[in-house]
Amino acid sequence: MPIKVLVAKPGLDGHDRGAKVIARALRDAGMEVIYTGLRQTPEMVVNASLQEDVDVIGLSILSGAHNAIVPRVMDLLKQNQMDDVLVLVGGIIPDQDIDALKKLGVAAIFQPGTAMDDIVKFIRANVKGAGVPL
Amino acid sequence: MTRSVPVRVHRDLARAITAIENGYASFGDTLATLPARENGKASFVVGVTGPPGAGKSTLVDRLIEKFRAGGETVAVIAVDPSSPFTHGAVLGDRVRMQRHSGDTGVFIRSMASRESGGGLAPTTHDATALAAHAGFDVILVETVGVGQVELEIVAVADVVAVVTVPALGDSVQTIKAGLTEIADLFVVNMADRPGASRTALDLKHMVRESGRDVAVLQTIASEGTGIDDVMVALTAARASESSNAGRAVRFEVVRNIRDAAVRRALAVLDAPRGRSVLERLRAGELTRLEAREELLVYALAEVINAD
Ligand code: B12
Ligand SMILES: Nc1nc2c(ncn2[C@@H]2O[C@H](COP(=O)(O)OP(=O)(O)OP(=O)(O)O)[C@@H](O)[C@H]2O)c(=O)[nH]1
Ligand SMILES: [Mg+2]
Repeated sequence: MPIKVLVAKPGLDGHDRGAKVIARALRDAGMEVIYTGLRQTPEMVVNASLQEDVDVIGLSILSGAHNAIVPRVMDLLKQNQMDDVLVLVGGIIPDQDIDALKKLGVAAIFQPGTAMDDIVKFIRANVKGAGVPL
Repeated sequence: MTRSVPVRVHRDLARAITAIENGYASFGDTLATLPARENGKASFVVGVTGPPGAGKSTLVDRLIEKFRAGGETVAVIAVDPSSPFTHGAVLGDRVRMQRHSGDTGVFIRSMASRESGGGLAPTTHDATALAAHAGFDVILVETVGVGQVELEIVAVADVVAVVTVPALGDSVQTIKAGLTEIADLFVVNMADRPGASRTALDLKHMVRESGRDVAVLQTIASEGTGIDDVMVALTAARASESSNAGRAVRFEVVRNIRDAAVRRALAVLDAPRGRSVLERLRAGELTRLEAREELLVYALAEVINAD
């Protein structure tokens, strides 16, 4: 069954080129990608992920606000018993922030210049049972 | 009072739709995982269809707002096309509705059309039934941007709104025959663009010729203009006794016959008799025309003599 991915742009960040490129690349890799558009709050991201029952959440953040946004998203996921969703973060993320994000439960961080192929491979290798039976 | 739906039900419904979509469980078993609706009232299912980019999602966003203002809970099932090559999809309808994302009275689910060609996904009908069972008062079903033959929405919706845009030139050729037959309501969206009144007028003429009683309305969905008129028309349709049930059943019977016929015909092609025709074609003993005629005779006999 196709892997379902939600690609979101949280915060006030208007850089949507990367998110759109990722959405198309994942589609071309056979995944079903829900794109939520710009200016998403963590609540909107998690609500949408819950309703869409996605396997993967991809956050694209180039504004520098990742340290404020990602903890809130991870917290809401936990509150909603959605810990099994694979969370990825891409964009402008300084090296020194990566460890802290991973400790929060982010599976991987993709910085500028990452090859699409690597992202697709990572998702395929790490997604937890696409849509586990009831 | 504005009703809402517990987050738990959102999650159960979301998982139930995935189970149906991926074939993990039967419809009946899946239904059993959801608590039955409390009020016993039937859901009102509105289909929103029309050509790509006509403003369907933007209109759905406005309708959510209106139904919520009336205190009703709303589920949206929005279908976008799957790539026939990679089977992947980018589902973008939700972008236009995201402002309702924090409202627990609203459930929005995107569906990829997968292998289906009818403008809906193979399991949209079941997903709609699940949302109804979960207790949503109104269910808005947005089809993929459709052309002429994708009419599955008739089998799902109580009322079908066909959204179109001002036609270039002075005709309504963009509105294909099939869509006209299924419309309970025409919405000429993007009325801020030139030609809207003309398009509406042409549609009204067409409706009159067909002898059906179908309202033709103009909206600017992106600005929220004209939405109250759409609500009036939907409310009237909802109250009227002449439901879509007869039409839906008719459509489903035709579809079932077609599917059964195709299945039987394919079985003939794959049987020894069919294969031998194809072999003779390959060996040059038959022309293409002869081979087709022979296969047609076999296949039609099989279809017609079917129990
Ligand atoms: C193009 C660009 C713009 C365009 C954006 C157009 C658009 N619609 O996207 C414009 C001109 C509008 C713009 C404006 C601004 N920008 Co600008 N912009 C850039 C620039 C040059 C390239 C970004 C880009 O599109 N890259 C191409 C895409 C494909 O790459 P990407 O997004 O990084 O994605 C890759 C990975 O990061 C990863 N990835 C990204 N997202 C995701 C998501 C998932 C799920 C996954 C798996 C992977 C992933 O995979 C992709 C492929 O490798 C960068 C500098 C840079 N080199 O990154 C600055 C940059 C991002 N901008 C910056 C700034 C400051 C601004 C402005 C604030 C400038 C100003 N003062 O007005 C404004 C803010 C605009 C706004 N509203 O947010 C800074 C951000 C600094 C920071 N975060 O600390 C940067 C880094 C420039 C800099 N060196 O200072 N910008
Ligand atoms: N000018 C104008 N633009 C509109 C109007 N309604 C919607 N739009 C814009 O038209 C574009 C397409 O709108 P959507 O609502 O996504 O159209 P859609 O029919 O759902 O598209 P698909 O699902 O891709 O078939 C968006 O950029 C909208 O903002 C309108 O009344 N006037
Ligand atoms: Mg749409």
